[in-house]
Amino acid sequence: MRRILLKNVAQGPFTESSPGADDAALKELAGRVDQAARVRLGRTLSIREVDAGSCNGCELEIHALNNIVYDLERFGLRFVASPRHADVLLVTGPVTANMREALERTHEATPDPKWVVAVGDCARNGGVFAGSPVVAGGVSAVLPVDLHIPGCPPSPTALLRGLLALVETVK
Amino acid sequence: MTWNSTTVDAQAWIAAGERLRAGDAHLVSLWGEPGLAHMAVAESSELRLFHLPCTANRLPSIGRLHAPAIRLERAMRDLFGLDAHDAADRRPWLSHGGTYPFLPAEGESLHQIAVGPVHAGIIEPGHFRFTANGEAVVRLEQRLGYAHKGIDALMAGAGLDRAARLAGRVSGDSTVAYALAFSQAIEMASAVQVPPRAVWLRALFAELERLANHFGDIGAVCNDASFTIMHASFGFLREKVLRAAQACTGQRLMMDAVVPGGVRSDLPAEGIEGVRALIAMARSQFPRLVDVYENTASLKDRTVGTGILSESLARQFGAGGYVGRASGRSFDARRDPGYAPYDELDFQVPVVHAGDVNARVWIRIQEVEQSLSLVEQILRRLPPGATSTAVPNGSGEGSARVEAFRGDVFAWVRTGADGGVERAHLRDPSWFQWPLLEAAIEGNIVADFPLCNKSFNCSYSGHDL
Repeated sequence: MRRILLKNVAQGPFTESSPGADDAALKELAGRVDQAARVRLGRTLSIREVDAGSCNGCELEIHALNNIVYDLERFGLRFVASPRHADVLLVTGPVTANMREALERTHEATPDPKWVVAVGDCARNGGVFAGSPVVAGGVSAVLPVDLHIPGCPPSPTALLRGLLALVETVK
Repeated sequence: MTWNSTTVDAQAWIAAGERLRAGDAHLVSLWGEPGLAHMAVAESSELRLFHLPCTANRLPSIGRLHAPAIRLERAMRDLFGLDAHDAADRRPWLSHGGTYPFLPAEGESLHQIAVGPVHAGIIEPGHFRFTANGEAVVRLEQRLGYAHKGIDALMAGAGLDRAARLAGRVSGDSTVAYALAFSQAIEMASAVQVPPRAVWLRALFAELERLANHFGDIGAVCNDASFTIMHASFGFLREKVLRAAQACTGQRLMMDAVVPGGVRSDLPAEGIEGVRALIAMARSQFPRLVDVYENTASLKDRTVGTGILSESLARQFGAGGYVGRASGRSFDARRDPGYAPYDELDFQVPVVHAGDVNARVWIRIQEVEQSLSLVEQILRRLPPGATSTAVPNGSGEGSARVEAFRGDVFAWVRTGADGGVERAHLRDPSWFQWPLLEAAIEGNIVADFPLCNKSFNCSYSGHDL
C-alpha cells in the first residue's frame, strides 16, 4: 500500500479540469435563485439524491461524480445522507406510482430554500417508460422542477456542467 | 442445451413443482400473461418451458413446494391477476397501496429498524425491515417493488426497436447483458443467424460491462469497510473501462449497442486502441490492488466470516453469479449451456465454498482476471465481416440465458406476425438472490448490513420490472 500511496503523490492528481457551467442550464435557472438564498448558501450546495424508479443507469453516473476524475466536492457540491441536510434534490427515474409518496415526503423534509434537479430522460418526461400506467411520467408531474439534465444516462461531464450552472447561479 | 416448449395441465404443472422440490431441476423463471401462466425449468441439460392455461385465473402454487417461486407468484398475481390459490404467502408484492403486513417477530428485547425506500447513499429504492436483538439481526424482511415501471405491459405490442431499448433499461448496470438476452431470444424466435463479427463484438461489450461492474463492486465493498484508497483506485479503473466502452460504442454504459440481428455499429479504430490501453493499465494496476486487499488485516477482518450464505440455500435457489459461485454452485450461463463465442474461448469459472463477503469479493477478483484474458482473446481473434443482419417478420417463440455480471439473465419472447413483440419476459438474477440476502444477514450485526448488501449487489430495478 505504501508504494501505491508514494506513487500517487509523485504523479499528481488524476482529477480533470472543470468542464464549465452549461449555458442551457444557466438559462433554465435564471431567475430561480433570489438574493436571500445566495446570502444564506454562500458557495456550497448539499445534494440529496432520490431514485424515483430509474433503471440505475443514472445512479452509476452520479456515483462517478465522486470518483477521483470528476471529484465533485472541489466545487462546493457534496452528497448528504438526509434530505434535512440538503439544498438540492437530485431526482432520477420516471417517478413510479410506488415511489411517488416517498418522493413527496422527501421534498417536504428538505428545508427551504431548495431546488429540484431532474436527472435523465425518464425524469424529464418518463423517457422509454412514458405511457406506463404505473409511472407519473417525469418529476415535474409531482414536484416543481428547477433544472433538467437530459441524457440516457447523462455523462458525468453533463451532470457536472448542469450542477455547476446551479452553483454559479447561487453564488 | 435443447429446448422444449409445451402446453400442460395442472397435474403436469404440479409434477414439475415436485421435481423442483426434490432438487432434480432448478427454477429458471415463472411468469404470466392474461389467462396463461409460464414456467421455465432447467432439467437434465434441457430447458423446459411449461405453459398452463388458467381457468378463472387460478393455478396451483409452485411456491408451496419450492420457495424460490414464492415472490414470482406474488408478482404474477399483481401483474396479471393470476392467482396461485393455495400459496402460503398471498400478500401483494409489486403492487403497493394500503398497509403491508410484515411478518411478525416477537420476543423479549427485540426492536425493529425500518430503512428506506429512500436510502442514505446513492442507491436504488427499497425497504428493509430489520428486527434486531441489540446489535444482532434476528430477521430481515425486504419489501421491494418501488422501482416497478410496468415493463411487461410496455413490452406487449412494442415494435422490435422499442422493445430492445426497453430491454436495455430493465437494469442499467446490465444493459449489454439484457439487450443480448433479448436479442438472442428474438433471433431464436425468427431463426436468424447473427454474423460472426457481431457475435464476437457482443462478447467484447459483455466482458467490458463485467469488468466495469466488478471494479466498481470491489471498490464499493472496501468502501463500506471504510477503506477508501481501494474505493478511489477501483473507481478510477471503472472510469477507464467506461471510457474505453465509449470509444467502442459511443456510450459509456453501452446502452443500445447490442440490437436484434447484431450490433448497432462496428468497432472504430480508436475503440480497439482504447481497449488495448485499458487492458495494459488494468494488468499493471489490478494485481497491486489485490495485494492490498489480501494483506490488510483490518479490511479482511470485516469481510471474512461476514454474511455467510450456505451452499444448500445457494443450490436450492439456483443462485447465479458471484452469489452462487461463492457458495459452491458452479454455474455460469456462458458455459452451461453456453453460447457463441464462448465455446471457442478459453476461460475458467471460479468457485469457492466459504460463502462469506470475502468469498464474493474473491470470485469477482478472479472473474476480473478471466474477463481481462477474454477481452485479449476476443481482440486477437475478432473475425471480419458484417456486424448485423435483418430480422424477418414472423411469429415465433424464443428464449435465452445470458451471463450478466451478477448472474444469469433469462429472456423469453413470443413475436407476432408483424415481427413485433406479443409478449416478453425478462428475469433478473436478483429474483433468486434477494431472498438469500435475508438469510445471509441473520445473526450478523446491523452495522455489517451495508457490507453484505454490497457484496450481493442485487438489482432493485431489474427485480421490480
